[in-house]
Order: sequence, then C-alpha cells, then structure tokens
Amino acid sequence: MNERFEMPARLRNTSLALIAVGILVLIIGGVTLLGGDEYEKTRFWLVLLHNSVFFLLITAVSVFIQAAASLAQGGWIVAYKRVPEAIGANVWLFGLIAIAVLFGVAFGFKIDGHNPIYHWMTPHGDKVLEGKSAFLNPTMFAGFTIVTIALWAFFGRKFRALSIAQESAPKNSTKIYWAMVKWSGGFLLVYALTQMSTTPWMWLMSIDAHWYSTMFSWYTFASAFVSGMSVILLFVVYLKNQGKLEIVGKEHVHDLGKFMFAFSIFWTYVWFAQYMLIWYSNMPEETTYFKMRQHGPYSMIWYAVFIINFIMPILILMARPSKRNYFTVCFMAMVIIFGHWLDFYIITMPGPLKEHWHLSWYEMGIFAGFAGLLIFSVSKTLTKSSLVPHNNPLLKETIIHLS
Amino acid sequence: MAIKKFAVACYDDEAVLFPAVKSVRHSGYKLHDVYTPFAVHGLDVAMGHKETDLHVAGFIYGITGTSTAVGFMSWIFTSDWPINYGGKPHWSLPAFIPITFELTVLFAAVGMVLTFCYLNQIMPGVKKHVFHPRQSDDYFVMAIELNDHTNEQEVLNFLKGTGAVETSVQTAESEWWYGRWDKKEAYELA
Repeated sequence: MNERFEMPARLRNTSLALIAVGILVLIIGGVTLLGGDEYEKTRFWLVLLHNSVFFLLITAVSVFIQAAASLAQGGWIVAYKRVPEAIGANVWLFGLIAIAVLFGVAFGFKIDGHNPIYHWMTPHGDKVLEGKSAFLNPTMFAGFTIVTIALWAFFGRKFRALSIAQESAPKNSTKIYWAMVKWSGGFLLVYALTQMSTTPWMWLMSIDAHWYSTMFSWYTFASAFVSGMSVILLFVVYLKNQGKLEIVGKEHVHDLGKFMFAFSIFWTYVWFAQYMLIWYSNMPEETTYFKMRQHGPYSMIWYAVFIINFIMPILILMARPSKRNYFTVCFMAMVIIFGHWLDFYIITMPGPLKEHWHLSWYEMGIFAGFAGLLIFSVSKTLTKSSLVPHNNPLLKETIIHLS
Repeated sequence: MAIKKFAVACYDDEAVLFPAVKSVRHSGYKLHDVYTPFAVHGLDVAMGHKETDLHVAGFIYGITGTSTAVGFMSWIFTSDWPINYGGKPHWSLPAFIPITFELTVLFAAVGMVLTFCYLNQIMPGVKKHVFHPRQSDDYFVMAIELNDHTNEQEVLNFLKGTGAVETSVQTAESEWWYGRWDKKEAYELA
C-alpha cells in the first residue's frame, strides 16, 4: 500500500547531516565565541534564542491550525492532516530545546553581574524596568515558559493521539470527532493567552525591555502562522513527490497557497500598523526600536524583510495558476520561511548586539541544525502511522474538495 | 438587441439536467443558457464555460485605485495645498498607506461588482426574458437557440428524449433591456 511512509535514505542522510552541521557549529561557536568579548558571548546565546524560539513557534502553530480547522469543521485539511499532526507531536522536542536555551539565557548568562540580553533580570535601579517588575521577573519568566511549552506539547500530542484513535474506532462513530472539537476549543483559549498575547512579550519583546508594543504578539503570531503553513506545504509536496498522499491534489495545494498569500498580507498589515502608529506619534521612547532597525546598522535587513515577506508573495502568489504550481509554491514556501526567520533575527539581534551583528557561519549553521531536526523528527513521526486518516468523518468531503 | 427563436426544455431534477446538457452540446445544438433555482456546482464546466477573467479585471481596478490614491494625495500635499502636519515631510508615504489601501479595495470591489453585473446581464431596473416562471422555483430551464433552418419538431422530440418534463418554442429578446415589461410583448408579436 502507498499509505505508509518510509523515510528514504536520502532524506534521512540529508537531515542527519544538517543536524551534524548544527551540532558542529554549536561546538565551534561555544569554543570560539564564548572565549571572545562581550558581544561575541552575547551573539552565541542570542542566535540560539532566536532559532529555538522561531522553530518552537512555527511548530506550535501546527497545533493551532488543527484546532482551528476542527472547530470550524474544515474538510480541506483532512487529506493531509497527518502532516500538521506530526509537526504538532514534535512540539515537545523544540519546547525542551527552547526551555534549555531560554533558561540558559535568563539564568545562566551574566557579564559583570549584568544580563546583556534580558536586562530586566538585573535592573540595578533602572526605574522603568523596576516599574515593569510585576510582570518581568524571574519567577514569572520561569512559570510562563514552562506552562506555555508544557501546554503546547501536551495538546500537540493529544491531537495526534485522538486522530489515530479515530482509525480504530467503530465505523461512522463521531465520538472522537466531537471530543477533538472540545479539546480544540480548549487549545484556542490556551493559545490566545500564550502565543497571541503574553508569551512573545516574555521571550522576545523583553529583549528591548524599555520598549513595548501592543501589536507585538500578533505580529509574531502572523510570522509563525505563515511560516508554519509553508512548512506544512513543503512536507505535503515532498510526500506527493514520493508518490504518497494520493488523495491530495492541486485543490488542496491551492488552499495552502492561499493561506501563505493571505497571511503574508496579514503579516504586512500588522507589521505596518505597529510601525505607522509609532512613526506618527513620534515619541522618543517608542521610536528607538525603529531608529536602530530602519536607519541604523540593520537597515539592509529591514528592507530585505519587507521585500521578501510582502512584495514577493503579493506579486508571485497572487495569480491563481502560481498557487497551483508545485514549483512556485515550494519556492515561495522556502522564501517565506527564510524571510520570517530574518524577521525574527531583526527582532532579537539589535537590542543586545547593536552594530556588532553578523549573518555568517554561526547563524546559518544553527539554522541548518534546527531545520535538519525539524525534517528528521517530523518524518520519523510520519512513518509511524497511515498517511490517510481512515475512518475520519470528513474523509469523503476532503477527497472531493474543490478550492 | 436581437430577437431570436428558442427551444425551451424544463427539467425537474439536477441528475437529469447534467446528461441533458452534455447531450445537447454533443449533438451540436447551440446552448443559449441554463436557468436554475440555485447555484448548481459543476454546471459551468458541463456547459463548457471557461474560467472567468473577472479577477484580472479586479486587479486592474485595484491598481487604478492605488495609483489614484497615491497620485491624488501626492499632488494635494506637495503642490496644491501643502500643510505642515506635526513636522512630518510633505510627501510622507506611511501616512498615505491606509487611504491607498482603502481606495484600492473600494475600486476593486465596486468595479468587480459592476463588471459581474454586466457579464451576467443583471442590474436594478433591467429586464430579461423569462423562459419559464418556475425557473426561480423548482425547474431547471434550458434554452437552445434555433435558426431558420432548424426543424423545430425534431429539436423538441430530442429534448423530450433527454428527460424534459415540459418543452416549448419561444420567440424572445435574447439580450437585456432597460424599460418596462410590456415592451416584451411587442417583441413577441414581432
């Protein structure tokens, strides 16, 4: 049968090689950068923080996509729902890495009794940071991080377990289907209170602890959502090229392409809304964030992010035929993932590193390691069950789906 | 404006309509249109319509809206009536973006609605010939265009053979017209 996926040797070797590159770069970085000056030590930790949070958010968004689809009783996603399930079931892995890195940065990294990344850890009489200490303090940080990641990982595994239990359930039984709807409602609440509001403040916005923006969590959510959709699309097209997922057709790929297109526009909307209000009111404590990024040493990346994440998707993905062409959507998916990785880069780096930024072997190597880990762990999970969600009440609907 | 002769067939079931549409096209008759009480999925494909170009029109309207907004605001704020707003430059693009976005959406939306109405020949106050009063109730009505050389009886027999519950031959205006319903009777008499 064509329903089982076995990891081809080439995929396994490539992903393991990427992981090896990541580990090698981490070791070399640990030796050279940690022995360097203040900025090199900060760079070592900051790149790990950037990548672990980015990959955690784009895997966790798969859990959100399943929850939203099952609450809306969307049939379009059922044809390839094993892919978001497999990504969601690996949230725990990226969560553990993120916990290790976040705790390392917050509690284990100090230069002269001062934390260069999370300044609020060591306010030393800074009035602004002391005013925020009810939220930005070590206990809250540890609590939020552990609770958030534990809940995401739990729901990711729970959704997959429910979906696999449906296969062996009695025929035409909808008990598990409705249980899934209830769990999805619960997850949306969790997700709204973590990813969509508080958690990005803790992990990312508090790097520039004096600055704040109420749009920030939506902005990171939009980035995560569009990259998460792109990851799902890459896996779907890969499985399709391997001759699997026969029930997935152009209509389903078209839907994923529409989401990539629409949420690129949504990202731009949120990104610009955050920018324009600050530009308009022109208050010094708010404009410092953009001063550094738009006019300072990061201006090249700033404009690159805008072109990659907005101009390219809107021009390339707007036409119907390009969303139905496997090459175009895969190319755009890779471009979008890289663009939003750059976007997260420009969120994290400027605060602590100032003009001492690099985009070279260490950054790319760590990114390769995480990408390899994502490919390997998700493919491993995909091999463990049938790719077709048998006995799912929406299976017929998804086969005859027209986008 | 053209008055033409039509053979009209009524069906009471979607499942009969689809094979009938196919055999009409297969036999080489000129299909005028099919009127249904609700949107029947896949009927456009069965009738041989190609994918609509409405979205291309929408793109052109949108671009028109974008350039109208940017051009107009640029002209106002730089040469017609330059005002200093909070020390910002006269030509400050970020402030123009929301209005540009709104005008793009407005032009695209209104333009596409009007184009859609034109393509489908629907508009308030505009009339079209109704082939059968039950075409908005429970009948699927198919109209075939006839010419002077067609054998009417042969066509009607053919349509009955495809499962039509009611057939007729009508002379009617084939396009839309603006005005009163009673003008239609003048056409029918002609």
